[in-house]
Amino acid sequence: MSNTDWAHIHAHPKFKELHRRKSRFLWTLMAISVAYYFLLPVGAGYFPELFKQKLWGPMNFGLVFAFSEFLVAWGIAAIYARHANRNFDALAAELQKQFEGSTP
Amino acid sequence: MKRKSGVVVAGLVAACPVAAQGAVSAEYKWLTFLVFGVIIALTMFVTYLAARRVKSTAQFYAAGRSVTGIQNGWAIAGDYLSAASFLGIAGLISLYGYDGFMYSVGWLVAYITVLLVIAEPCRNIGKYTLGDILAFRNDPKAAKTLAAVSTITVSIFYLTAQMVGGGVLVKTLIGIDYEVSVVAVGVLMLAYVVFGGMVATTWVQIIKAVLLVSASLLLVFFTWMPYGFSLPGFLQAAVDNPGIQAQVAKLLGDPATAMSAQELGQRFLEPGLYLKNPIDQISLGLALVFGTAGMPHILMRFFTVPTAKDARTSVLWAMGIIGGFYVLTLFLGLGAAMNVGSATISGIDAGGNMAAPLLAQYIGGGADSILGNLFLAFVAAVAFATIVAVVAGLVLASASAMSHDLWVGVIKGAKATQAQEVRAARISSVIVGIIAIVIGILAKGQNVAHLVALAFAVAASSNLPAVLLTLYWKRCNTRGIALGMIVGASSAIGLVLVSPNMTYPNAVRATNEPIVAARTSSIDTANAEMQADPARRAEIEARVTKLTAERAAAQAKIDAVAGQTRSIVGLEAPLIGLKNPGILSIPLGFLCVIFGSLLIREKRSEDMWEELYVRQNTGLHAEAASAH
Repeated sequence: MSNTDWAHIHAHPKFKELHRRKSRFLWTLMAISVAYYFLLPVGAGYFPELFKQKLWGPMNFGLVFAFSEFLVAWGIAAIYARHANRNFDALAAELQKQFEGSTP
Repeated sequence: MKRKSGVVVAGLVAACPVAAQGAVSAEYKWLTFLVFGVIIALTMFVTYLAARRVKSTAQFYAAGRSVTGIQNGWAIAGDYLSAASFLGIAGLISLYGYDGFMYSVGWLVAYITVLLVIAEPCRNIGKYTLGDILAFRNDPKAAKTLAAVSTITVSIFYLTAQMVGGGVLVKTLIGIDYEVSVVAVGVLMLAYVVFGGMVATTWVQIIKAVLLVSASLLLVFFTWMPYGFSLPGFLQAAVDNPGIQAQVAKLLGDPATAMSAQELGQRFLEPGLYLKNPIDQISLGLALVFGTAGMPHILMRFFTVPTAKDARTSVLWAMGIIGGFYVLTLFLGLGAAMNVGSATISGIDAGGNMAAPLLAQYIGGGADSILGNLFLAFVAAVAFATIVAVVAGLVLASASAMSHDLWVGVIKGAKATQAQEVRAARISSVIVGIIAIVIGILAKGQNVAHLVALAFAVAASSNLPAVLLTLYWKRCNTRGIALGMIVGASSAIGLVLVSPNMTYPNAVRATNEPIVAARTSSIDTANAEMQADPARRAEIEARVTKLTAERAAAQAKIDAVAGQTRSIVGLEAPLIGLKNPGILSIPLGFLCVIFGSLLIREKRSEDMWEELYVRQNTGLHAEAASAH
């Protein structure tokens, strides 16, 4: 295991591509999900009139927004899984195939 | 093992005749014990099967890495959904409406952090513990010591809340003594962990999660059915409910007099009845969103699957189950408020923990029906299984930190045979289990609810910055994680020690002395009324009994702080208004890891960076599943 040339793989164009694609995608999703989540306590705490606005019978904006938090969390998870399954896994598998053999 | 389960059941049954009255009436207690017995027998059978497989360290700590993604998703849900979520959040919704629902959201969003940046990298580079991840490129002994101390600290906080909560819960539900139920939870959990290691713990958590979700689905089905499964119809019924309107009027006090009945009911679906301080909410949210990913017992679950892809699948399933469960709690909470009544719920338990069990009893046909009691027994047994499963996960995480990180990693210099290490892990489990039982009994009657939030805050301020920066930042090193973990954890704990969560004797007196005085004068008035009107004797006596109980409760709180003027850290009043430290301690934890790392360069952690970063992204040379 110690004979694997990690620096070589680290500098390999394929790994660089994986790193570049993954970082941008992951941290963007992370920022969106955190920002969206904190809209809930901030909105409920500082904009109560908006949250009390009735939309559909007794359903108010606050309830709809709280439900949307669930949908957004699930949505982000689904987007990530789809993207990872399609793009990252294939690149990682290629790298594995190429370099796994380098272990003595 | 069989002998142990025998002892537990005997203990539960023996406690029955002398027990105080619980939510289950004496007539139907056999039903509760029957359901308990079936669930305990099932988990014991699973443990028996598991015990035969658990010979190696990979089996004991990580179930041979052969748990599938779907199974692990259920196990994560079983590990995570504590009694606080099942009973606590349904209870909050039944008493405070919207705010209880809002509170549940952060517990789901937390898994986005786990999914995106923690689960897969940790599976790729880790072995059994948090210590293994941190030791990858930092000084192994220092990193393992830090990780072990942090794991044990976080787990003990969480464990204490679970043990005390569990003891109170079982006592309230079926009336067995507090100490007996704490010991029962402890012994049962130890049987799973010691004999079956991670294999049994995983299956106990899966069984518990399936039971919990089935129970909730069943309750929601019958609660929602009368409204034709219409959401506006269900919510409108809540708005129209006189019990809910009265509850809002009680919560709002004077301003409620100017509101119509409809306005009061609608107010239940609006924010602000429970959560008064938005900064505290944001602070708690930060602790959840960053703390879950740093919880050692959750991290540990990702070592049980064969590949990083399975780790991903398990988080997706866990998010589906956990999120779906929290949506169900909205119906459970509102359903309980409508059908059982907020006043009845808070009368049995001030925190509302009995909302779901009482709703179950109502749906089955009420307190006098056999079906109602069967439902209640089922929900009570599920709650019990919930506590045992969560406690088992926590004990396994702390025991692994003691045996794998401290004993093998630090003391034995990584030189121990598999058999020695498995034995050390079993002994550690017994030690942690006994500590949990002792703390559970000692902490009887203490307010420990804030310890759950504290556990998350410490994990978010100490473990998460260290793990995240070890995984993603080249310059991160041993000094950085040492400074970050120590400052992060101690600032979170320190801030809570000077916060309003602590008991301040002067404040306790200021709140409770007027209550004692008011009840005393009410009792005098009632007695005078009784003299004047003997015909109403029975009714007035009932009132006097209730008033006397309330006076005794308030007096007990005053007596508990008699002769004291300062909190345990010597303060007369809180230094800060914040109950949740995360908003300060989490950034502090991150800054200290960065600052400490930048102070001096460390050759090993920089040399190891390329290996770590390639491995965490590709899964090259990741620990493989063991054949079984």
